[in-house]
Amino acid sequence: MRIPSRLSTSLAKSIKPSRTAHNTRFLKAYSTHPPQAKLNKKIDYGSTAMLCHSTSSALQNPELPPEIQNGTTKRMNLFQSINDALSLALSIDETTMVFGEDVGFGGVFRCTGGLAEQYGSERVFNTPLCEQGIIGFAIGAAAEGMKAVAEIQFADYVYPAFDQLVNEAAKWRYRDGDFGRGLGGLTVRMPCGAVGHGALYHSQSPESLFTHIPGLRVIMPRSPIQAKGLLLAAIQSPDPCIFMEPKALYRAAVEQVPIDAYTLPLSVAEVVKPGKDLTLISYGHPMYTCSAALEAAERDLGVSIELIDLRTVYPWIKKRMINAGIGAEVAASIQGDKETFLRMEAPVTRVAGWSIHMPLMFEKFNVPDVARVYDAIKKSIQY
Amino acid sequence: MNSRRIGGRLLRGSRAGISASVARSRTVRRCHSTVGPSQKPGAAGVRFPGAVNKMYLNMVKVSIMDVIMVEAQRQGRLSFYMPSQGEEGTCVGSAAALEKDDVIFSQYREAGVFMQRGYTLEDFMNQLFANRKDKGRGRNMPVHYGSKELKIHCISSPLATQIPHASGAAYAFEDATAVESVASSPSPATRSCPVIFICRNNGYAISTPTLEQYRGDGIASRGTGYGIDTIRVDGNDIWAVLQVTRRARELALKDGGRPVLIEAMSYRISHHSTSDDSFAYRARIEVEDWKRRDNPITRLRKYLERKGVWDEAREIDVRTKIKKDVLRALGDAEKEKKPPIKSMFEDVYKEMTPELRHQMNELRSVMEEYPEEYDVGEFEGGSASLK
Repeated sequence: MRIPSRLSTSLAKSIKPSRTAHNTRFLKAYSTHPPQAKLNKKIDYGSTAMLCHSTSSALQNPELPPEIQNGTTKRMNLFQSINDALSLALSIDETTMVFGEDVGFGGVFRCTGGLAEQYGSERVFNTPLCEQGIIGFAIGAAAEGMKAVAEIQFADYVYPAFDQLVNEAAKWRYRDGDFGRGLGGLTVRMPCGAVGHGALYHSQSPESLFTHIPGLRVIMPRSPIQAKGLLLAAIQSPDPCIFMEPKALYRAAVEQVPIDAYTLPLSVAEVVKPGKDLTLISYGHPMYTCSAALEAAERDLGVSIELIDLRTVYPWIKKRMINAGIGAEVAASIQGDKETFLRMEAPVTRVAGWSIHMPLMFEKFNVPDVARVYDAIKKSIQY
Repeated sequence: MNSRRIGGRLLRGSRAGISASVARSRTVRRCHSTVGPSQKPGAAGVRFPGAVNKMYLNMVKVSIMDVIMVEAQRQGRLSFYMPSQGEEGTCVGSAAALEKDDVIFSQYREAGVFMQRGYTLEDFMNQLFANRKDKGRGRNMPVHYGSKELKIHCISSPLATQIPHASGAAYAFEDATAVESVASSPSPATRSCPVIFICRNNGYAISTPTLEQYRGDGIASRGTGYGIDTIRVDGNDIWAVLQVTRRARELALKDGGRPVLIEAMSYRISHHSTSDDSFAYRARIEVEDWKRRDNPITRLRKYLERKGVWDEAREIDVRTKIKKDVLRALGDAEKEKKPPIKSMFEDVYKEMTPELRHQMNELRSVMEEYPEEYDVGEFEGGSASLK
């Protein structure tokens, strides 16, 4: 375990003693919001439209199969829904196994809590602290027909396994040709994204590095319902999947989640809110920022805004794409497609982190915030 | 813990403080006489003379194929080749010791493993020429063989990536998995994987002699550090390789599984590949010495001759026939059309994505608009396959 589990902002109790000198009082210095702010307010996860706060809203999702729509739900946060999905995957298919650093005792973010006890240490286990080994091992197991769900403790530490993911996992089916041995059983989970005080190596969102890699599916859910359905879909997918979990949402995002197993489609974006004047495209944690900005803009500017969650960031269903950075890719393909180009009334605007490393003290000035998104919306509308 | 004997000395992984150099297991001396009664073909579990002849023929086949294919590459008939002269004994001997369901991961100098497993000359040639019969669909470099039927995973160029794959596969399969490559990683020991690591220590990594690769006692000395049962074997002695691998397989499967490391000492007689002239960094005389004095093929041949089942006339017959077979397979494979161009877009994912379909159509439009710019005649179906 590299860093205390306290990295999750609202984690109730630390599992192991903290290696760095954080405490709750100290943390606040990085995560407060300006008292006079009208836009850069704290996201209210208890009321955001991004989450299904009632059973009926959760079950209304048309993507859910009828038996799930007629079923029941349970309140879960994101780590609980991940845990639930892993547990269901382990119980549905005996070839499923879950492993990585510290997953045996429940994981540093509690995503694998109770799984080793329930399914045995042969199927849920710790590996040595070696990312290249974890992914190489997972690839070998998947190549022999297992469903290998590997965990990289932080997305920031996936780079030692890059060779295995890029040169091996992504190319396995392609180079095996007619033999058709693929790595459908391979799913690599990793917590990602900023969390308020993660600095250089506990904040990264390296998804765009994977979106350059044909052969991999790169998925990032925005909520517990999404996480469960997309993770189960990833585990069942015939292709190797990188499943990125916004760790700031592990405890913050709570909603009603169907209790039975269900999948949500991969490589299909979701129109979260229809609108006619402007389209906002995002995925993962920033969906909440976008939603808040959208509400403010619709209220203040009297416009109707569409909000789309990519969910699978690569490959997504837009035929004119060649793998590159996600924002750049989205922008370029909207402009490069004559159907959308002719209907555009303003330049595509991207709001993203600056081209710097994530600095501890200045994180909040780096992560795209509501004000920046709002400003971009305003400028686009007034263009 | 007691050390075990398999021909030579097997080091128990859990034994602490091993500092002496790891002994080589050798059942046949260079003068080609057996060392002890327990080390006869029967003890190695091989039928004599049938299975022994087969091993011998497979070694000869690999060596003849190597010579012809290197020459073919020199003539520009294929883009690349990697011979395995001097290491036929390690590959054929270890493959002969495995069961047919044992999964194999390999590096790239293991033609003998493929040959012993049943990869045919046609299979080799179709892959080398990347023609329409190549199961890899023309995507991989020559020598990147693979076979689902023979349970050998496709060779890939990045070195050592296969080592953790073998551990994962062994954990999944709970049956023996052999990997032929260098180095090791900690997972197989901590997860009790039934896996055999076979290291071909041939003295060089391209131009780099072992003196510049490690200062410890080779690779074998590292096994014990991971808690892996380890043995060093004379890689030019097919009996030793066979016995050691067979015993390693038993050990690997014992008590729920454990890894075993075999370091097979040999010498890379050939150049590293057709892109390498090894006389730029080593003396010709050194190579000639190994070729003549300690050659796995010659050593087994002498054994067969002494047993009265082989002679010069048979040798000539067999070599003539193999040469003819290789040349015929080469000619046939060379004449075949290349795979359809569409195959370049397939198998990236199980199902082709809309993005790829679009790119494929785009390529076809370009080809159809500028037909004089593209040579598609040698590909099955030409540009029409891009649909």
